[in-house]
Parts: sequence; structure tokens; C-alpha cells
Amino acid sequence: MSILVGLLLVVAIIAITYIGVEVLGLSALFGIVLPYVAVACFIIGFIYRIVKWAKSPVPFRIPTTCGQQKSLDFIKQNKIENPSSKGWVVVRMILEVLTFRSLFRNTKAELTEDGNLAYQWEKWLWLFALMFHWGFFFVLVRHLRFITDPVPGFVQLWEKIDGVFWVNLQALYLTGFIMVAGLGLLLCRRLFLDKVRYISLLNDYFPLFLLLGIGCSGILMRYLTHVDVTRIKELAMGWVTFNPTVPGDISIMFYIHLALVCVLLIYFPLSKLMHAGGIFFSPTRNMANNNRMVRHENPWNPVVKVHTYEEYEDEFRDKMRAVGLPLDKDE
Amino acid sequence: MYKPTKIIIALVIFLAIVTFPIWSSIGSDSVSPDVEISLDTPAINALGDDASCIYDTDYMRANHMKVLSEWKVEVVRNGNRMIVTEDGREYLASLENTCFECHSNYEDFCLKCHEYSNVDPSCWECHLEPVTDSNVSEEV
Ligand code: HEC
Ligand code: HEC
Ligand code: HEC
Ligand code: HEM
Repeated sequence: MSILVGLLLVVAIIAITYIGVEVLGLSALFGIVLPYVAVACFIIGFIYRIVKWAKSPVPFRIPTTCGQQKSLDFIKQNKIENPSSKGWVVVRMILEVLTFRSLFRNTKAELTEDGNLAYQWEKWLWLFALMFHWGFFFVLVRHLRFITDPVPGFVQLWEKIDGVFWVNLQALYLTGFIMVAGLGLLLCRRLFLDKVRYISLLNDYFPLFLLLGIGCSGILMRYLTHVDVTRIKELAMGWVTFNPTVPGDISIMFYIHLALVCVLLIYFPLSKLMHAGGIFFSPTRNMANNNRMVRHENPWNPVVKVHTYEEYEDEFRDKMRAVGLPLDKDE
Repeated sequence: MYKPTKIIIALVIFLAIVTFPIWSSIGSDSVSPDVEISLDTPAINALGDDASCIYDTDYMRANHMKVLSEWKVEVVRNGNRMIVTEDGREYLASLENTCFECHSNYEDFCLKCHEYSNVDPSCWECHLEPVTDSNVSEEV
């Protein structure tokens, strides 16, 4: 059911854009207003979510990591899995963000025929996620050519590397296909693995369909239907120089691509896609396991009025001396 | 907010990355090539008022690479060097001899758009490069 709803939502966005641009001629609405609104929602929403997370206290270090913690000298510590210093926490975080080490640990649990529980090697989730995220990153880097003038050198360099293969006299950008393949495989995982399908919700399917829609419309536009890239760049340069205009006819494929991207930007801070920022707040990833070395105070502890023995003795010293009680400080 | 300095630094970095296209375009005067490309060549002027490209202009703007690719397939695979358009005009399917006969001002036409959109077709590794001011002076 949620599969269908997710798919229908994406189809509805495409249909609304088609009607809006082709039938009603609202190209300024879809080409200028919507992108500005979407970017504003994205930036404000992103900052709001981060600040909100930053306000929630995390009292204790959570050492539920899967490596040997710092212990006696002759026991080798697993510094990446269970760091006790800030530096190694940074290493763990960088590796997590760039290579998804947590997903690499993914295993499959199954009951064998004899009724025993068995865990199996399962790296597909990790591989597909890596394909999608890195593909996405490089596609975005290449897209900078539409919204920067002059185009920075690293974009040009990456275009040359990414486009070594040619099709129909045009560079075939591998990362675009890797991204879409990764998405497709991640979707198949949710569709065909019973256990994963059981826990999948609309907010799992919708972003997948949305991103697939973006990727497929982009690929269609580049390799099959073709669009007037010069005008698209004029439109996009209008956004970033705050001087927006709609320069002539642009194919509906582009407006569909753009509308899906805008919906993605608006949806981003509202959804689980915020894991892009949230990963840095994961307590099991961003804290050193130094519980036994440093005292951590609960940040919401109320201030308790205490009366230490020292103070007690100061108060009653004379009386204590009079009855002959032993004193710590007796001048 | 806990650890406000860290959070604020992180948010500033986030903003700097997201707004990269905005601040990187400050000060650069991006001119649309549409006002710059020139159709003022001897061959096009000779055609007079009803000069037109092989297909209509909007189609050519978006699809000229597709046209070239179709021509290449016709020539290289089917051995057919004459292309007939739907309305009966005939063209020799050739990058160097047909496109550049009319658009002989490579630098003020193709290059203007291509530099703007950062396209760099590497056709000239094999095909004869159209003569431009810069590669003439290089040879001298
Ligand atoms: C018969 C001469 C002729 C030939 C051959 C020719 N063109 Fe054109 N081309 C024109 C004219 C004239 C225009 C301007 C049409 C207009 O603005 O109405 C034009 C316009 C264009 C445009 C759009 C420019 C703009 O104004 O936005 C492109 C792109 C283009 N040509 C590419 C090509 C390519 C690539 C080839 C070779 C496959 C080619 N042309 C062959 C005469 C020609
Ligand atoms: C109106 C602007 C414009 C004009 C004029 C123009 N081009 Fe292009 N051309 C483009 C754009 C934009 C692309 C990239 C399209 C894309 O990335 O999908 C392109 C792509 C190409 C490609 C495919 C290569 C690639 O890497 O994508 C070839 C070949 C090409 N142009 C040849 C020519 C030739 C030859 C002329 C001159 C006769 C010409 N173009 C004139 C805008 C123009
Ligand atoms: C590896 C070398 C090579 C490269 C690079 C190359 N071509 Fe070609 N091309 C050829 C050869 C060889 C022929 C066949 C020439 C013939 O039979 O007349 C040809 C033929 C063609 C033809 C039809 C015949 C003619 O004379 O024009 C077109 C159109 C064409 N190429 C377009 C392009 C375009 C556009 C590019 C750049 C995106 C390009 N080619 C890049 C080698 C190349
Ligand atoms: C979430 C953001 C986006 C994603 C994931 C995305 C994805 C893609 C993909 C996969 C392609 C196929 C070609 C390639 O691999 O590069 C493509 C093409 C394209 N995209 Fe995007 N896109 C995004 C945002 C945008 C935006 C904001 C614009 C507006 C400027 C845009 C304009 C285009 C254009 C014009 C093409 C065709 C390129 C060509 O013909 O060379 N995209 N997109």
C-alpha cells in the first residue's frame, strides 16, 4: 500500500508540473518561485533541525561499540571502533561518513533447518548505499556547471574523468548511472526481501521514488530527449545572481526534473533524509569512550546543596575538641 | 544549546557549502551567449532573409549533438553521405564541410555557447579544427 502511495505522490508531482507548465503556462512559478521557496525551506529547516538536536542533552557516553576498549597496557585497544581520545573519534566519524562502516557490519539473521539461529555475511546494503551516495555526490559536483560561471576547475576535471566513455558523441557520465542503479537496488531490497518490506513505510519508499524520478528524468534529458542547456544555465544563473528571468522555451522534462528536486529539498528537513546532518549527532559515533577516565556530569542535574565533612568539622571544631573527638585539622 | 561554538562553526560551514554558487558568482559578469553568438557569416548572409539552420532553431539549440551523431552513423555505418530533411532539403553530412560552411565563425558561435555551459567536445582530436584567431596565432 505505502509503495503505491509513494509512487502515486511522485506521479502526482510530475502531473502537476506538466499541467502547470504546459497547459497553464506557469513557467515562472515552476522555474523561479518554487526553486527559491524550496531552497529557503531546505536551509531554514536544516538549521532548525540541527539546533533542535544540539539542544537535547546527552548525559552519558555510550560505549556500545564493537571493539576492545582502552584497558590494561598489554591488551590492544581497537582505537577506531572504541576510541578514548578526540582524535580517534574524528577518525571514526570521517570513516563512517565516507565509507559507511556501520553498514559494512550488517549481517543477515536466519533460522536454519534445524532451528538454529545463524548470522550470514550481508554486504549488499552497504554496497548499494555506497553506490547511491557517492554517485549522488559526484552528480551534484558536475551540476555545478549549471549554476557557476566561470565553472570551477575541479568540476571540469571531474567531468573529464567521469566522462571517459562516450555515447552518441556525448560523454556518458558513469556516476549518474551508478547513482540510479544504487537507488534501484535499494528499492528492490525493500520490495523483495520480506523482512525488510515488513518494516518499510511510506517515508522509506517516497524518497526512493523521488530520487529515482530525479535521476531518470535527468538521464532521459541528457541522453534521449535533449534540452536546451544554454537556456537552463541562463535560468539558473538568474537564481544565483538574484536576477531571475525565464529565458524562452525550455523542455517540460527539465521542469519535471526541477520540480522533483524542489520537492526533495522541501521534504529533506522534514524527513529521515536529515540523517545527512544527524550522523554527526549519533552518540555511539561522536563520543570517546572515556567513561573510566573522565567524570561526566549529567547536564540537567539540579544544583544540590551539600555539606562536606570539612565544612562540618569547621562548624563544630570547638565542640568536637571539647569532647575529645579526633580532628582532621587541629591547629 | 550544548557546545554552541562547535555547532555554530558546523552550521557556518554548511551554509558556505550550500551557498557556494551564490558567492562564487559575485563579481563575475555572466553574460548569456544568446546575445553574443553571431550569425554574421558570408554563407549565412548569402542565404538572405529566409536563412535557416538544418532544422528549426529551437530544435537545433537542444539537439545539434544528436543531429551530428545521426550524421556520423549515416556516414560511418551506412555509407550514406547525403542527408535529406523532411521538407526535401539536401545536405552533405559533414561536420567540417556543412556546419562550418555556414557557421564559419567557430569562435563567435559554437565556442561562445560551449564555454558558457562548460562543454568541450573533443572532436578536434581527429576532425579538422575550425580556424580561430587563437589557433592561427599559435601557428605563426
Ligand atoms: C545552411 C546554412 C547552415 C548550416 C549548414 C548549418 N546551420 Fe546552424 N544555423 C543557420 C542559421 C541561418 C541559423 C539561425 C537560425 C535562426 O536564428 O532563425 C542557425 C542556427 C543554429 C543554432 C542555434 C543558434 C541560436 O541562434 O540559438 C545552432 C546550435 C546551430 N545552428 C548549429 C548547427 C550545426 C551543429 C550545424 C551542422 C550540423 C549547422 N548548424 C549547420 C545556418 C546553418
Ligand atoms: C546555443 C548554444 C550552442 C551553440 C550555438 C552550439 N552549441 Fe554545441 N552544445 C551546446 C550545449 C549547451 C551542449 C551540451 C549539451 C548537454 O550537455 O547536454 C552542446 C554540445 C555539443 C556537442 C556534444 C558534446 C558534448 O560533450 O556534449 C557537440 C558535438 C556540439 N555541441 C557541437 C557544436 C558545434 C559544431 C557547433 C557550431 C556549429 C555548436 N555545437 C554550437 C550549445 C551550443
Ligand atoms: C577518434 C577520432 C574521432 C573523433 C574524436 C571524432 N570523430 Fe567524427 N569521424 C571520425 C572518422 C574517422 C570519421 C569518418 C570520416 C569519413 O569517412 O569521412 C568521422 C565522421 C564523422 C561525421 C560524418 C562525416 C564527416 O565528414 O563529418 C560526423 C558528423 C562526425 N564524425 C562528428 C563528430 C563529432 C561531432 C565529434 C566530436 C564530438 C567527432 N566526430 C569526434 C573520427 C572521429
Ligand atoms: C537533487 C539534485 C539533483 C540530482 C540528483 C540530479 C540528477 C541528475 C542526473 C542523474 C542527470 C543525468 C546526467 C548526469 O549524470 O549528469 C541530470 C541531468 C540534468 N540535470 Fe539534474 N539533478 C539534480 C538537480 C538539478 C538542478 C537543480 C538542475 C537545474 C539547474 C538540474 C538540471 C539538469 C540538467 C539540465 C540535466 C541535463 C544535462 C545535460 O543534458 O547534459 N538538475 N540530473
